[in-house]
Amino acid sequence: MSSAAAGAVRRERALEQALCRYVLRLADTSLVLGQRLGEWIGHAPALEEDLGLANLSLDLIGQARLLLTYAGELEARGRDEDALAFLRDAPEFLNLTLAEQPNGDFAATIVRQWLIDAWQLEIYQDLAGSADSRLAAIAAKALKETRYHYRFSSNWLIRLGDGTEESRRRTQRALDSLWRFSAELFAPDEVDEHMAAAGIAPPLAAAAGRFQARIAADLSAATLEAPESHGYPWHGKRGVHTEHLGHLLGEMQHLQRTYPGMRW
Amino acid sequence: MSAAERLVDARVERVWQLLRQVPDPEIPVVSIVDLGVVRYVRVAGDGRLHVGLTPTYSGCPATAVIRSSTHTALAAAGFGDALLEEVLAPPWTSDWVTAEGRAKLEAFGIAPPAAAAEEARGSRAVGCPRCGSLATERISEFGSTPCKAHYRCGACGEPFDQFKCI
Repeated sequence: MSSAAAGAVRRERALEQALCRYVLRLADTSLVLGQRLGEWIGHAPALEEDLGLANLSLDLIGQARLLLTYAGELEARGRDEDALAFLRDAPEFLNLTLAEQPNGDFAATIVRQWLIDAWQLEIYQDLAGSADSRLAAIAAKALKETRYHYRFSSNWLIRLGDGTEESRRRTQRALDSLWRFSAELFAPDEVDEHMAAAGIAPPLAAAAGRFQARIAADLSAATLEAPESHGYPWHGKRGVHTEHLGHLLGEMQHLQRTYPGMRW
Repeated sequence: MSAAERLVDARVERVWQLLRQVPDPEIPVVSIVDLGVVRYVRVAGDGRLHVGLTPTYSGCPATAVIRSSTHTALAAAGFGDALLEEVLAPPWTSDWVTAEGRAKLEAFGIAPPAAAAEEARGSRAVGCPRCGSLATERISEFGSTPCKAHYRCGACGEPFDQFKCI
C-alpha cells in the first residue's frame, strides 16, 4: 500500500472512531435521561403526567437503542446495544452531565427535561440533514418525537413558573441548581470539530444561538430568571461524571451484572 | 410480461394479502398495512422476498412484536425465507394510516389522526368517535400507548383516545 493510501485509511478510521464517540454521546444522553424518567412511574403528581413521563422515557430509550446499535457497528468490537447499555462502567458513559442529575421534585424534572428537549430539538434538526445517512435517518425520526417532548416540558415550565408562589419558587430553585450543567450542551470539543469538518454535524455555535433564543423566550413566558454564572463547565461527554451516574447505573445494570447473559 | 414476471407479481400480491391480516398488537382492529408500517414488498435480483417494516415511534414496544408476527404469518404461508428489513427513512408519519385504517379506528372508538399539515396549522378540531361532536378537549398528549393522546367529549361526556398526528 502506498503511503498516501495508508494515510487515507488512517483518516477514515479516525473519522469512524470520532463518529462512534459522537453517536455514543447522543445515545447515552437519551438512555440515561430515559432511565431517570422511568423512576417516576407510579410516583408522578397526576396519572396524566405519570403516563406523559413514561411515554417520554420510552421514546428516549427507543432513540438510544437505534443510536447504540449504530455506535456498536462503528466501534466494530462486537458490542451490540445491550452490551453497550448494560456492560459499560460510568467513566465509559458519554452522556451530558445534566441528564444524570436526580429527578428531585417535579419542577426539577421539568427544568432538566426542558433544557435537554430544547437542546435535542436543535441538534436533531441539524443532524436530519447530516452527510451521514444513517444518523440523518435516526435524527429525522427522533426530531418528530422531540417536538412532542418539548411541547410537554416547555408548557409545564410556563405553568409552573407563572403559577402559584410555591410552584414558581420551586421552579426557580431547580433552574438555579441545574443551570450550571447547561454550559456543556453547546461547548464543542475535538469530536464536535471533527464532525463539523466532515459535514456530519454543523458547528454547535449555530444551534447554540437558536437554543438560547428559545430558552430566553420560554423563561420570559414563565416569568423565571436565568441565573448569572455557569461556573465549572462539566465534562460528562468526556466520561467525567457527577456521583449520581454510578448509582443510576447500579440500578439499571443490576440484572445483567448479576446474571450475565440473561435474556428477557 | 413473461411467465416468470407474472409469478413474481403473484408472490408480491400474495404477501400483501397476508400482511393485511397481521394485526397491530396494541390496536388489533387495524392491520400493519392499515397503519402504513409495511413500506414495501419486493423481490430482489436473487429471487428472495424483501419486506420493509418501519417503526411508528422509536420506543414502541409493538415494533418487535410486529416483526415476529410478520415472520410467523409469512412462514406459515411458505415465505419463511423472506428478509424483513427495518426502514427508518423517511420516518413514519400518521399520514400513512390508510383511509380504511382510519375508518376502522373510528368505528373502534379511537379518533383517527388529522393530516400532519392541518395539525401543524392547529386548524382541525378532534371529533368525538362516539357522538361526532367537535366540542372535545385534550386531557393529555400522552395516552395508553405512544401513538395515542387522551381526550374527553364535552357533549356526551365520554373519554376517548385520539391516534396522534405525527
